[in-house]
Amino acid sequence: MRIAVPVKYVPDINAERKFVDCRVDRDPGVGTLNELDENALEAALRLVESLDEAEQASSEIVAVTVAPPEGDMALRKAFQMGVDRGVRVSDDALAGSDYFGTATALAAAVRRLETEAPVDLVITGMAALDGLGSVVPALLAAELDRPAVTFAKKIALLDGSVEVTRETDEAAESLLAPLPAVLSVADTANRPRFPNFKLIMAARSKEIEAWSAADLGLDPGQVGTAGARTETTHAAPRPEKPAVELVQDKGEGGKALAEYLIRHELV
Amino acid sequence: MAEPTHNRTVLVLLDPAGEVRSSVLELLTLGRTLGRVEAVTLEAPSVEALAQLGAYGVETVHQAELPADLRGDSRHLSAVVAAVLAAAVRLTDADVVLAPATFGAKEAVALAGRELGAGVIIDAAGVSEDDQGHIVGTKRVFAGSWDTASRVTTDVAALTVRANAVVPQPAETAVATEVEGFVVNVAGNLPAVTSRTETVRDTDRPTLEEAAIVVAGGRGTDGDFGPVHEFADAVGAAVGATRDAVFEGWYDRYIGQTGVTVAPRLYVGAGISGAPHHRGGMQASQVIVAVNNDPEAPIFEICDFAVVGELSDVLTQAAEVIREHKAAR
Ligand SMILES: Cc1cc2nc3c(=O)[nH]c(=O)nc-3n(C[C@H](O)[C@H](O)[C@H](O)COP(=O)(O)OP(=O)(O)OC[C@H]3O[C@@H](n4cnc5c(N)ncnc54)[C@H](O)[C@@H]3O)c2cc1C
Ligand SMILES: Nc1ncnc2c1ncn2[C@@H]1O[C@H](COP(=O)(O)O)[C@@H](O)[C@H]1O
Repeated sequence: MRIAVPVKYVPDINAERKFVDCRVDRDPGVGTLNELDENALEAALRLVESLDEAEQASSEIVAVTVAPPEGDMALRKAFQMGVDRGVRVSDDALAGSDYFGTATALAAAVRRLETEAPVDLVITGMAALDGLGSVVPALLAAELDRPAVTFAKKIALLDGSVEVTRETDEAAESLLAPLPAVLSVADTANRPRFPNFKLIMAARSKEIEAWSAADLGLDPGQVGTAGARTETTHAAPRPEKPAVELVQDKGEGGKALAEYLIRHELV
Repeated sequence: MAEPTHNRTVLVLLDPAGEVRSSVLELLTLGRTLGRVEAVTLEAPSVEALAQLGAYGVETVHQAELPADLRGDSRHLSAVVAAVLAAAVRLTDADVVLAPATFGAKEAVALAGRELGAGVIIDAAGVSEDDQGHIVGTKRVFAGSWDTASRVTTDVAALTVRANAVVPQPAETAVATEVEGFVVNVAGNLPAVTSRTETVRDTDRPTLEEAAIVVAGGRGTDGDFGPVHEFADAVGAAVGATRDAVFEGWYDRYIGQTGVTVAPRLYVGAGISGAPHHRGGMQASQVIVAVNNDPEAPIFEICDFAVVGELSDVLTQAAEVIREHKAAR
């Protein structure tokens, strides 16, 4: 089983996230692996671990990121969880890519991996926590002309197919897709493992493969700012709220709450 | 509301077509500020739905005729909805596609954008046009701490729009609504839908995404959502939770970055610490109130009003006072 896991390098949600010149600030001081991609990595690792020994030995999990060199940090974290290889697709031509540019670059990277040996599954996170698009997985599947089973909660391999159950806002569903397929994993699917000492040490010396747009045969006009169909023209922090009106409950706290709501005509 | 300056056609996705949800009424209201609105559907609209569409100024509903093998549960696949949207845009020569911010609609809008070469904005909090006539989507990002605006530079723009972006308003004059069929072919590789059970919603309460008041409970409830429900009933609110509370099995839907996004007039959080993941789904609420027994709870940083105390005492007492206030009115 060969699995590619696209992982994104994003500003840490616990850090002060900001825009610089209408672009997300990807300062290495605040950058990290998109947490939701840990669910994808966990799902990939578990699928391989569920195989028999011989199949496990011939399996490979490759983490792929489209990011500037700072993005290596996301790949390091993927190594710490246990992936075999890390690929970074970087190029000045890719800066400013929209969803379509990103999906095009990821698809080209998967195709390049396919020149070595078939890729059975592409497993992504359910969303990137910087932009919360949740659309790259579906676009990637379309680019690769593979079925998409997104937002998976339970995942099972059945003899050349993948079966998934999911719960969206509208319905609970089971989906079945023949391999090769593209899968996105919901945050409810699993609890990502903590890296052990051995993997953390091993991750330090793993080599990251860097591929350029030209290596992947990408047309610079189709990706990055040149190919983007939207343009962010304004980004500003919201004004700070006035300080909270804080009431200590000494027996009348509920009454104070009710009166606040009534006074402001909220109920 | 502003009159459109361009002669645009705006297509609004109506899915499901049995009832016109308030999120769709918002899209129709918003659509009228950009151009002439038409609707696109994958199933026959109900009589009530047609009446509402007429009141909101929709003269034509385009109903997709799908290949036989895609008329069942498969018609809900986002790739199928995308093919319908793309075909409807070609049919009507539409300039703008608007859809609600559900998980499936986001994928469908993106895939239709791919098919059409259209620029896509996911989960806009507002849609307008700039002085050159480009469609502009505004967003609240980074857990509601930044405002952004992006303009679409292609001829066709496709957007999903968050609930509570505008107040739904019927058109000045109602129109008669006609349903017109159109044939849609779906290309590409689709998974099989082997089972599907539609979510049944609690009809006694407003839906979480669209409610004007939301009351949420967290780990601080210690599993007892009784006071949360009592207070929610007193104020007529929808109920939500944190992911931790849902993982514990105390409630079924959570608010946040990976859960439901809410932007009500009033949000009340009880026994919730205010983690960035949770804030991401509620920080755009107009008034934020919290009850927490920790005077240092991080959620207080984003509150307008808060009570430091035991949530069961505070919510129960508040519910009583509000019930009395309402009874006396
Ligand atoms: C990838 C990822 C995605 C996530 N997505 C989401 C998401 O979408 N939504 C979400 O909510 N979380 C999400 N989380 C989880 C999030 O990080 C927090 O762990 C979670 O929101 C905390 O829930 P809580 O506030 O209920 O619990 P806690 O953080 O444990 O807070 C409980 C609060 O209750 C107070 N309290 C305790 N007892 C009482 C009492 N008797 N009366 C009053 N107050 C009391 C405490 O002082 C405390 O502040 C996500 C996490 C990850 C890793
Ligand atoms: N630049 C990127 N590099 C690698 N993977 C990405 C990138 N952007 C998005 N993804 C993948 O697509 C998923 C959904 O992202 P999005 O659609 O941007 O919310 C993420 O969880 C990642 O697995």
